[in-house]
Amino acid sequence: METTIIINNLTKKFGNVIAVNDVSLTIEPGAFLTLLGPSGCGKTTLLRCIAGLEDPDGGEIYIGDKLVFSYDRGISISPGKRELGLVFQNYALWPHMKVDKNITFALEIQKMPKDKMQEVMKKALAEVQMEGYEDRYPREMSGGQQQRIALARMLAYSPKVFLMDEPLSNLDARLRMDMRSEIKRLHHISKATTVYVTHDQVEALTMSTKIGIMKEGVLQQLDTPDQIYHFPANLFVADFIGNPKVNLINGVVTGTNLVQIGDFKVSVATLSALKNVILSVRPEDITVLTEPDADAVEFTAYSVLPAGAESTIIAHRKETEITVKVMGISKIEIDQKIWLKFDPECLNLYDKENGNLITA
Amino acid sequence: MSNALKDTDQNSQKWVARVRRFFRWLTKPHIVLSLIMLIALYFMVITPLIRMVTTTLTWQPRDVVNNPDAVVGGFTLYHYIRMLTGTLGKIYLSTPLKHSFTIAIGATLLSLLIGGSLAWLVVRTDMPGRKYVNQLALIPYIMPSWTLAQAWLVFFKSTSFSGGTPGLFEYLVGQPPPTWLSYGPVPIIICSALHYYTFFFLFVSAALMSIDSSLEEAGDLMGASRWRILRKITLPLVVPAILSGFIMTFSKVLGTFGGPNILGTPIRYYVTATMIRGSMGVGDTADGFVLAIVLIMFSVITISINQKLIGTRKSYETIGGRGFMAQLSKLGKAKIVLLISSVTFQILVIVVPLGLLIWSSVMLQDGNYSLSNLSLQHWIGARGTIYNHGEPGVLLNPKIWQTAWNSIRLSLWTGLFTAFLGIILGYAIVKGRGTWLSKLVEQLAYIPYVIPGIAFGAVYIAMFIKPLGPIPALYGTFTLLVVVSVAKHIPYSSRSGVSAMMQVGRELEEAANISGANAWKRFVRIIFPLTSAGFVAGFLLTFITTMRELSLIILLVTPKTQVLASQTMFYIENGDGQMANVVILILITITLIGNFVIGRFRGGSLKKGLGM
Repeated sequence: METTIIINNLTKKFGNVIAVNDVSLTIEPGAFLTLLGPSGCGKTTLLRCIAGLEDPDGGEIYIGDKLVFSYDRGISISPGKRELGLVFQNYALWPHMKVDKNITFALEIQKMPKDKMQEVMKKALAEVQMEGYEDRYPREMSGGQQQRIALARMLAYSPKVFLMDEPLSNLDARLRMDMRSEIKRLHHISKATTVYVTHDQVEALTMSTKIGIMKEGVLQQLDTPDQIYHFPANLFVADFIGNPKVNLINGVVTGTNLVQIGDFKVSVATLSALKNVILSVRPEDITVLTEPDADAVEFTAYSVLPAGAESTIIAHRKETEITVKVMGISKIEIDQKIWLKFDPECLNLYDKENGNLITA
Repeated sequence: MSNALKDTDQNSQKWVARVRRFFRWLTKPHIVLSLIMLIALYFMVITPLIRMVTTTLTWQPRDVVNNPDAVVGGFTLYHYIRMLTGTLGKIYLSTPLKHSFTIAIGATLLSLLIGGSLAWLVVRTDMPGRKYVNQLALIPYIMPSWTLAQAWLVFFKSTSFSGGTPGLFEYLVGQPPPTWLSYGPVPIIICSALHYYTFFFLFVSAALMSIDSSLEEAGDLMGASRWRILRKITLPLVVPAILSGFIMTFSKVLGTFGGPNILGTPIRYYVTATMIRGSMGVGDTADGFVLAIVLIMFSVITISINQKLIGTRKSYETIGGRGFMAQLSKLGKAKIVLLISSVTFQILVIVVPLGLLIWSSVMLQDGNYSLSNLSLQHWIGARGTIYNHGEPGVLLNPKIWQTAWNSIRLSLWTGLFTAFLGIILGYAIVKGRGTWLSKLVEQLAYIPYVIPGIAFGAVYIAMFIKPLGPIPALYGTFTLLVVVSVAKHIPYSSRSGVSAMMQVGRELEEAANISGANAWKRFVRIIFPLTSAGFVAGFLLTFITTMRELSLIILLVTPKTQVLASQTMFYIENGDGQMANVVILILITITLIGNFVIGRFRGGSLKKGLGM
């Protein structure tokens, strides 16, 4: 069941708005790709193009070895023949059908024998831990239960590709956690190539094998969660991923591996030919010292926000503000002097002109 | 391969792709349905209008008598000059039009007063028995619009004027009532308002139900008096509803034929609707069309002005969403007084007219109210008596049975086609939301709404008196009645179809699409089941309204295609008013049964059918 999805130069417009702008990407067999971005970035449209629910205005899509869409050749295979399943944000369970009919609808269309159908239906319900709910109408179940049924409906006809459009956004925080692990397990068992759309970065980071970040219809970066987190390809990605937000500081390259920030210098691992750069550092990659240190820079704690497992410290030095995250409840007090130590390996440099990561 | 060959190859591939893309667009279900609907609307709405206009602009065979130089079919403004200017213009156009407007404005204002206050009493007060008042409030609308006019005559008929037999008033008082009370604008306005107030009642009560009473309570806390609250807070919030009701009522009354024909024609108080019938009746088709066009234009202007007003007021409607716990106004001592007056009102508009019609139908000789005069002659009397020009009683008259069957057949077919069209239109419009095709279909579907009933009938004569393309000449056929009734109902069916379809999220169909269901399966298994409540409601509502529709079909019926509604008018004009009353009673019975059936169905109600 391992299917590759290849998308070449896909473009989709709604009137004058370009929802998906010349996107090309390859999804390896069995991957869990999450499309992540702020609302209106085109991620759902891209998903709907893959599903065949939207007709793109350019480009082509392969699912497995089948060309399912090609603008230049005028080809578009109907959604039902693309062998994929889609879980909708609002579940889209058919309200006039009981759970069993909802699940067996696709199987009936495939003309599966009755007894086989029952067996498959039961198995799908078991997979989402909803045995015994066959006789319920969708409105008689909670949101979380409906979402499980929607998953079962997709699993039942074993599509080659799972598509999910913000499936957890209508659930409360607790249920969302449960369903996250549930979906990750289902993917692990089925090994179906999965495309998952969300605006929640935690969801993306925890579940995916690959994340594609989109902004205004353009794919910004497609990479593993680890790479996306530690080496964002541009300032938008760097700023979008991470909580609290990454520190972005204006700097000037003054020598080999040295960057001047305000009145102090930090050493970086990257060699840059450019002069004006923006330096990024994740709040948790900074070490806070309460005593002076040769490699550390003196700051003042402007505000301290302990939150149980971790604390956030806002540090000031003249015009420079830096957010630092430390484990546990911090003992540092407001207006206390602190020394921040930067790890050169954890500092990324970006071109101030175009915002792209500078790679050495 | 040479470069030239490659180029042509790529070129042809480009063309193949273009053709494929076009066909894929063309074969999308909602595009196919939109195009079919466009064609249907073109034949049912656009061509008739065009034919009508061209008829008025060309010489007709009849005109040759007075204009020897006229070439039949040649262009002329003769009909416009004739109808719009001079003495004829005054007789045919300006005076009747003035009358039409007087009646439409009068009836609309009176309707607003009645419908608005009833709605307020029912929705926002603690008046006892308001549930029943609410249910009964819709009955007058279910009865044919000219029922009240006919009952009015039974009571106020005057011998001083037309000779003939006295009404109950004259019989009791011994003196004929003043003519202004028997005939003309006053009774027409009253009778129309007592029928059409239901629009205001429905719209305003829906609006009142959706207003959060905390808005009013806020005013209350600030120490505003009840009257002040009503005027400053409640009233502005229901303005959009009132304007919608205004459009509906005004355009309906403007095109209504029955009431003015019964109460106006005897004293030569003509309105445009009766004038159109008159011109068409004597064969001056083109002249009748000129009047119809003028009527349509006035109706369009009024409606678009109102629509503009509603547009600017739309912001008020954001308070929508039902289910607020409304705080009921305490009426105190006025409670009983208001209850008695609303009950009295309902008795006056339902029980009394029906009683009068029944009494009139069992009097052997009209105008003799003594018990000895009671007889079932008009119901089951033998053929060949001195009564009713020798016709047998209605129930023994095979002609009437045929007519009743025609009515039922017409209503069934119209209901079925209308409900079906509603779902198709709803699907095509909602699925294509935002595209030019969807907008075009929606706007075309709206056109019959602005054409008054009588004018719409006139349009259809223009169209189908001669064969049109593949369609044979339909004039005089039963099919034509079905077509015109369906066409006139298109705006309502598209509105209710759209609102039914809006409630079916697009994901539901997309989920079926992904599951591999083709367009037909998606329709049968998903779309239709989810909209079937709307389908049934639409069917039953159309059944009732078609059953009692008169203005629309009065110009199109022939002796063979006579329906109950037109039969009553035929009897009245023939001087057999009592037979007419029997037929009206049969008609009311059938519509009341229909309404009862609607009530049995979940989700079926008059409101749904109006697309609310």
